[in-house]
Amino acid sequence: MSNTPAPKRAPRPPAELVLANGMRFSGESFGAPASRAGEIVFNTGMVGYPEALTDPSYRGQILALTYPLQGNYGMQGGSEGALRSVGMESDRIQASGLVVADYAEDFSHWSAGRSLGEWLASEGVPAITGVDTRALTRVIRQHGTMLGKIIVAGADVPYYDPDADNLVAQVSAGAPEEFGSGTWRIVVVDCGCKENIVRNLAERGLRVKRVPWDYDFTQEKPDGFVMSNGPGDPTMARPTIERLREVLRGDTPVMGICLGHQLMALALGAKTYKLKFGHRGQNQPVRRTTDGRCFITSQNHSFAVDEKTLPQDWEPLFTNLNDGTNEGMRHASGTKFSVQFHPEAAPGPVDTATLFDEFLAKVQA
Amino acid sequence: MIEHPKKVVILGSGALKIGEAGEFDYSGAQAIKALKQEGIETILINPNIATIQTSDHLADRVYFLPVNPDFVERVIEREKPDGLLLSFGGQTALNCGLALEKRGVLAKHNVRVLGTPVEAIRDTEDRELFVRRLDKLGVPSPRSRACTTLEEALATAEELGYPVMARAAFALGGLGSGVCRDKAQLTERAHKALALSPQLLVEEYLEGWKEIEYEVVRDAADNCITVCNMENLDPLGIHTGESIVVAPSQTLTNREYHMLREVAIRVVRDLGIVGECNIQYALDPKSERYRVIEVNARLSRSSALASKATGYPLAFVAAKLALGYSLHEIPNAITKVTTAFFEPALDYIVVKVPRWDLRKFRHAVRRIGSSMKSVGEVMAIGRTFEEAMQKALRMIEVGAMGLYANSGFGSEDLATDLAEPTEERIFSVVEALDQGWTVDRIHALTHIDRWFLHKIAGVVRLGQRLRAAEELDAPLLREAKRMGFADRQLARMRSGDEDAIRALRTAHGIHPVLRQIDTLAAEYPARTNYLYFSYHGLEDEAAASPQRSILILGSGAYRIGSSVEFDWCAVNAAMTLRKAGFNTVMLNCNPETVSTDYDESDMLVFDELSLETIAEIFRTLRVEGAIVSMGGQTPNNLALKLHRAGFRILGTAPESIDRAENRLRFSALLDELGVDQPEWAQLADGAEAKLFANKIGYPVLVRPSYVLSGSAMAVASNDAEFERFIGRAAAVSREYPVVISKFFDNAKEIEFDGVAQDGEIVEYAFCEHVENAGVHSGDATLVLPPQRIYLETMRVVLETARKIAAALRINGPFNIQFLARKNFIKVIECNLRASRSFPFVSKVANRNFIDTATRVIMGERVAPATRPFFDLPYVAVKAPHFSFLRLEGADPALGVEMTSTGEVACFGDNFYEAFLKSLIAVGYRFPIKSILISSGDIASKAELLESMKAFADLGIQFYATMGSALFLIENGFSATALHWPMETKKPNTIDYIREKKIDLVINIPKNYQDDELTNDYLIRRAAVDFGVPLLTNRQLVRRLAEALTYIKPDQMQIRSWNEYTSRVAGDTAPAPSRGHRPAGAIS
Ligand SMILES: Nc1ncnc2c1ncn2[C@@H]1O[C@H](COP(=O)(O)OP(=O)(O)O)[C@@H](O)[C@H]1O
Ligand SMILES: Nc1ncnc2c1ncn2[C@@H]1O[C@H](COP(=O)(O)OP(=O)(O)O)[C@@H](O)[C@H]1O
Ligand SMILES: [Mg+2]
Ligand SMILES: [Mg+2]
Repeated sequence: MSNTPAPKRAPRPPAELVLANGMRFSGESFGAPASRAGEIVFNTGMVGYPEALTDPSYRGQILALTYPLQGNYGMQGGSEGALRSVGMESDRIQASGLVVADYAEDFSHWSAGRSLGEWLASEGVPAITGVDTRALTRVIRQHGTMLGKIIVAGADVPYYDPDADNLVAQVSAGAPEEFGSGTWRIVVVDCGCKENIVRNLAERGLRVKRVPWDYDFTQEKPDGFVMSNGPGDPTMARPTIERLREVLRGDTPVMGICLGHQLMALALGAKTYKLKFGHRGQNQPVRRTTDGRCFITSQNHSFAVDEKTLPQDWEPLFTNLNDGTNEGMRHASGTKFSVQFHPEAAPGPVDTATLFDEFLAKVQA
Repeated sequence: MIEHPKKVVILGSGALKIGEAGEFDYSGAQAIKALKQEGIETILINPNIATIQTSDHLADRVYFLPVNPDFVERVIEREKPDGLLLSFGGQTALNCGLALEKRGVLAKHNVRVLGTPVEAIRDTEDRELFVRRLDKLGVPSPRSRACTTLEEALATAEELGYPVMARAAFALGGLGSGVCRDKAQLTERAHKALALSPQLLVEEYLEGWKEIEYEVVRDAADNCITVCNMENLDPLGIHTGESIVVAPSQTLTNREYHMLREVAIRVVRDLGIVGECNIQYALDPKSERYRVIEVNARLSRSSALASKATGYPLAFVAAKLALGYSLHEIPNAITKVTTAFFEPALDYIVVKVPRWDLRKFRHAVRRIGSSMKSVGEVMAIGRTFEEAMQKALRMIEVGAMGLYANSGFGSEDLATDLAEPTEERIFSVVEALDQGWTVDRIHALTHIDRWFLHKIAGVVRLGQRLRAAEELDAPLLREAKRMGFADRQLARMRSGDEDAIRALRTAHGIHPVLRQIDTLAAEYPARTNYLYFSYHGLEDEAAASPQRSILILGSGAYRIGSSVEFDWCAVNAAMTLRKAGFNTVMLNCNPETVSTDYDESDMLVFDELSLETIAEIFRTLRVEGAIVSMGGQTPNNLALKLHRAGFRILGTAPESIDRAENRLRFSALLDELGVDQPEWAQLADGAEAKLFANKIGYPVLVRPSYVLSGSAMAVASNDAEFERFIGRAAAVSREYPVVISKFFDNAKEIEFDGVAQDGEIVEYAFCEHVENAGVHSGDATLVLPPQRIYLETMRVVLETARKIAAALRINGPFNIQFLARKNFIKVIECNLRASRSFPFVSKVANRNFIDTATRVIMGERVAPATRPFFDLPYVAVKAPHFSFLRLEGADPALGVEMTSTGEVACFGDNFYEAFLKSLIAVGYRFPIKSILISSGDIASKAELLESMKAFADLGIQFYATMGSALFLIENGFSATALHWPMETKKPNTIDYIREKKIDLVINIPKNYQDDELTNDYLIRRAAVDFGVPLLTNRQLVRRLAEALTYIKPDQMQIRSWNEYTSRVAGDTAPAPSRGHRPAGAIS
């Protein structure tokens, strides 16, 4: 598709990014001309803004992208269909706002139908460009994740702490939904599930039932459970943890991803804690403890599992090569495992997609 | 983990050439460092004496020998290594390795190829095998067939449909490749390509597809990552080395990026690469279809670029992986806390722009395409595309101010300039946008992705506003700076001067910030100072060091006349300064260099070599002063400007530099000193110039002045020639005057290199040119110690150099070029900086001139060297390497314009041995059984008689053009006459050359440069195109005849550098004294 935007445009309204520590970054507004507050996090991925923005794990967060040039390939047209169009990880933009250094209004891509700004505006999400995102990242690295807000045209709003809310409840599916066909049945507990998890399962010939976070999945007798990713503090999802404890006592294969991994750890009685500024990017290196193999993974999390608190019959499966934090665990039986990173990628590298194959093998065993 | 080898041979890439340049100095040097760290004994074979890898502090032993199977085998026999590294010396090393394996040499001597196994190399080099492997993996490649005959090629093209892409296997830099739009084009190309390579690949031409590259690293444990991806602004069809390239890719979605990444890893795993490789893709701009174009199973130009672009030391890591390490066992050299198993996250954009010198070559085709013609490149870093792109265009130093505000590029015909690119296409894009062409229209002609075009359009729009604005107020100035407009660019647009813009900027507090490259987008703190400037940013990330800081200016882009030799100088200066406890700050913008390795200096600023950038370095890093004498002409040209702007220049005073550089002032100085010089005048009018030429008498040397790079110095023998050159030089005017000098035939040329302290020479050496004056000193064959210079001449040369050094109060390195006839000498020029031959003289005499010069510059008292420089029990010869093969159409005759792209040097017990070795190292092949001679005028024929006798005695058969054949027969030789190329009659010279019936072509031009397509030109060009060695200089022919008479190939000694130099008794290195008092101007 060709795009020939008008050379003259209305000037963008001024905008500011304000941090809870008082620092202010000025820039220009694009997307929705609204002020918005949230927790500021940075992501170091160089591609994949549609995937990131629609990832439910970003609920309540203002996403700052460290790669300066954004919007280059615009955004695809619609978002219809059960397994929504590629690039969308849920049915809408989940992040509260977007912070970039150099937004490209003039996008170019055969698949694009609108600019990033148009898309953001259509979903009511504010964005700011012209920010020194590197300086911002350095601040977050030194002081830890912080609350902040995007203020457009001087319209101030109060700070908002997403950790205080049950974000999972906000992003989880309203009602159970089924996807794919096949003999083997999987229940995906949706705590803010990325579409690509479901796609990965369905592609492998699995029948998927996606259920809400507070659904009583203990009543289901599937061939396997997948605990999805999701936003916020894992301890908020109490009912899920309770039910999960029961599931983990059984023999049904379970695979946990990101928040799902944390929920499993909590269900096992282990502890989670908040990292200083989390892991968000597409270049996080992890090492498998069993054979020493290394993988590049896509990540997006603030909380981590304290692997020293894992019960006897569970062992660490992956470790982050950068900071040594836990990246996964597995049960001695081998049928249950979970990872802190995102094997479904989107955005990011697909190197660990084989974990779905491993899960499939367990399910079919 | 595999057991470490004890002794490893590393193959270098030989002379710098088009397609194989400085990047392999970088990769080889890193490999040696990586091996040394493990305590492994390292043996380097590389005749490229100007490189850093051939320094005494790196490999344990260096052999300045040709990198070919014969010599390498002999080194292996002698050294008995247990390991061999092939992937750090470009295609030269790879091909040599394949040949050694094939001959069974490696098996015989129990030498293990480290890293990527030979089978994998072969499968990537042989296009047919490669395509087969991809097929098996289900990875698409362009539909193609490997053909070995013309008929097969034509049939394949019919099947695929024109246009087709024709490519030669086992070649690099796209040699012999190109798009063929019809049968005639394919026939011509196939002829040439099959002359050079056994295989020609004919394939579908993917017009307009995006060209994308990934740099992939894999360890022996099968861990695999992609370190960097890159997108070519110029779509497929323009070689990656000829393309403007950005990193990371800009127009790829997450799916596309990771789809190609996944394929890269799958292919590399399947091939079994251990170490580093590069994979190139074509990606459909209208769908997710893609094709794999090729895999380079070795370090490459792209990997050097990727290393500098990301801060990930690919070559170093690849060497460790070759030893069997896993990626996670190697620490990340920048953060020191993370490991090498990760993929760098960039928070900036990098733009690479190639540097061409096509205008320098007579008759060269200026179109660019799928084969490489560029001679160097620059890399610019910015926080926006606009910022980096504009910087990069200034960095290549072809007279561009950036994207906007240029003049003199392109032709009248914009549409053609866009559709059939020359090296200046990017400026035509700007011109079209400036004239109001739409992005879509330009896209249709160029296939350049609209994203890039829109960005450039934004710069043009701002440029137009900047031109029109009444006042350059703070917001507008800030916007301009963020869009990459330089002070001098703004000055030109607003008809002011650069200092005024800088003052305005300072008044508004508009400064760039120093940004760090940390591989992890600030997620982890960096422990190194790898820096660049950006006008987008709030804070500097590096501060002045508490130590005394010295700025060293590097060389910028490699180009004809300035390349790796100046990197050697800059790196050596940094080493000396570091040893003396200074904080060294290196400024350079060339990704092919060692000086831009962030561990070679305390702080590396990867940015423009410009007054603006340097001023900001003085401001932010509080350097004490700048050294401008190491990086060649680019920094030298900045000296006076910097000085006038109040920045301190260390070493020789800028005033003196100007006195040497300014022709009028220098001439006056020589007169004052009573030193002779060729008669000359500078004239602002063509007619007056002709009068002057007649007054001094032909031949004369004509030097027009130019706005753009690439000039055409020429020798005129008569009025007609004179008028033609002046005509070509466009208008001669007051602003662009012409310099006419008396040209001396039959004079020897002498190259004097020295170091002086307060005007007293403390170190010097001089080289004799084998060719008479008239062959540019950069193209000449140099010999040290001199062989054919009278003692008296030597005395006068030294005395003259002393006078000049004293008069200019030289403090640091300098170079003087002399003409000598009988015992009279004339000075041609004097440069108050290190010269091209500094590495050569330093390594041959085993006295590091740069170390001495640097100490002098810093004010250390240095005692004059006592041992005479010519007192050496061996001889070394430096020979030029030409890349005419890649420069379609270019006339390979030597002249006063430099045309060589690189050089080698070899040692011997005598001149002839060193000479023959160095000829072999630049591609001459022996034995010679047949020579084609066309030997110019009668005088030159007569001069060559003795040589002909020698050749005849060696049993060499002569073929000759009519006149030369007659002459030979008259003089008692037997010779077969061949017809001139333009005569269609047979037997014809061209056929004989094409059919490889000739082993050497001797063609002595009748005049100094052929401006027309003469028979002589056609012979020379055919020799180049069909890979037959060529000599166009009488002195070289004579020396070759003597050498072949006196030396047999098996008499050529295999000795390491150290074995030669250790023969010198006693060390007379200048003794250091205590205390540092920087010499130079006080600011
Ligand atoms: N099928 C093709 N259609 C169009 N251009 C091509 C095709 N194959 C190669 N090219 C162009 O030719 C260049 C050189 O080809 P490549 O195989 O990379 O050779 P080299 O080994 O010289 O790098 C590529 O960079 C690309 O721009
Ligand atoms: N007057 C002269 N007579 C003969 N040859 C000359 C003369 N001047 C220069 N040359 C030749 O031209 C070459 C280039 O000239 P030079 O002034 O050194 O230019 P550059 O600045 O490019 O080095 C010299 O190396 C020499 O061979
Ligand atoms: Mg290539
Ligand atoms: Mg010269």
